[in-house]
Amino acid sequence: MAKKKGETIVTVYPAWCKGCGICVNFCPGKVLEFDEHGKAYVARMEECIGCGFCELHCPDFAISVVAKDKKDNKNNSEHKDEGKN
Amino acid sequence: MVETTKLIHEYLRHSKKFPHVYCPGCGHGIVLGSIIRSVHHLGLSKDEVVLIAGIGCSGRMAVYVDFNTIHTTHGRALTFATGVKLANPKLKVIVVMGDGDALSIGGNHFIHAARRNIGVTALVLNNNIYGMTGGQSSSTTPENSYSTTTPYGHLERDFDVVNLALGCGANFVSRTTALHAQLMDKLLTKAIENPGFNVVEVLTPCFTQYGRKNKFKNVVEMYSWYRKNTIKVEKYKELPEEKRAGKIPIGVFSDKQEPGFEEKYGQLREKLRSKK
Repeated sequence: MAKKKGETIVTVYPAWCKGCGICVNFCPGKVLEFDEHGKAYVARMEECIGCGFCELHCPDFAISVVAKDKKDNKNNSEHKDEGKN
Repeated sequence: MVETTKLIHEYLRHSKKFPHVYCPGCGHGIVLGSIIRSVHHLGLSKDEVVLIAGIGCSGRMAVYVDFNTIHTTHGRALTFATGVKLANPKLKVIVVMGDGDALSIGGNHFIHAARRNIGVTALVLNNNIYGMTGGQSSSTTPENSYSTTTPYGHLERDFDVVNLALGCGANFVSRTTALHAQLMDKLLTKAIENPGFNVVEVLTPCFTQYGRKNKFKNVVEMYSWYRKNTIKVEKYKELPEEKRAGKIPIGVFSDKQEPGFEEKYGQLREKLRSKK
C-alpha cells in the first residue's frame, strides 16, 4: 500500500456509517471528520497516507481506501449501489 | 493492496438488513470483517466453511455471512460444531461465541471441547458483559466494575479465557483485541488452518452496556484503553512482576500441532474396518 501522502482515494458510504468515530479519532493523518449528521466524511483527502486503518477497523464496512491509479476499475460505483440497499 | 471493503461485500448476505444490528463502534463488526478476510486469504470456498454461533450479539454474525451457518441455542454452539466436524471432517468449522455463551452457559462445553481437542476454531468475543440481554454481569466482568446486576461493584473475580483454554489443553490459544485487526487476521488465519481445538479470544468493547456504566465517555475511549493497556505477549514475559499488573498480554500463547479428535476417530474407524 502506498505510504506517501495523496496517493489514495478514501470513500465513506454514509448509508452504512453509524458515526462511531473510530476512523475520525484514530486516523494518523486526521483525514476524516464528522459532518452535521454525525457521520464521517473525508475532509482532507491529501493528508491520507494509505495505511488502511479506517478500512480495517470500520465495524460497518463503510469506508474504502483505493490507490489513485486503480480508481478506474469501476469498483466504487458497484459498491455505492450496495450501500443504498 | 487488498480492496478490503469490496471483498467483504462478496461474502455478506445482501438480502439481510444493512447496516448490521450492532451498536455504533461495536467491535463485533470488526471481527466479522476479520473472519471474512481470513477465509478469503486461505482461499476457502463459501461451502467449505461452517460458521456456528450461539445466542447474543455475537450470534447475529451467523446471519450476515454467506457461509454454511447455524444459529444455535445459548451456550451450545460448540456441541453443534462437534457434531458437524465429526460428520464431515473436511469442513472448516468456526464457532463464534460471546463470553457469556462460551464461559458461563456453555462453560462446560468449552472445557470439554478443548480437552477433547476437536478440530474447530472457537472465537470468543469477550466484551465483559451480557450485552444483548440488558447488561447483566458475566463470568468475565472484571472485579469492581459496574453492571446492571452489580450496581455497587462486582465482587467476583473474572475468568481468564487464555489460561482456562491452556489448562484444558487446547492446541492453539491466542488473544487479540478489536483494535488490533491485523493481528486478529493473522491469528484467525492460523487458527482456521491449525488442527485440533483453536481458541482466539477477542476483546471487543461494549459501550452501550459496559462502557457507559464504567466511566468511559465514548466507544473511542474504550479502544484507546485497549491500545494503552495491551502488550505483546513476548514483551509481557520480559516485564518484571511488579510492572505486569493491569497489562493485558496479546498474541499467541500456545501453538501445538497435535491431531484433532476427528482425525484420531477416522484412523480408528479405518483400522477397525480393515480388520474385517
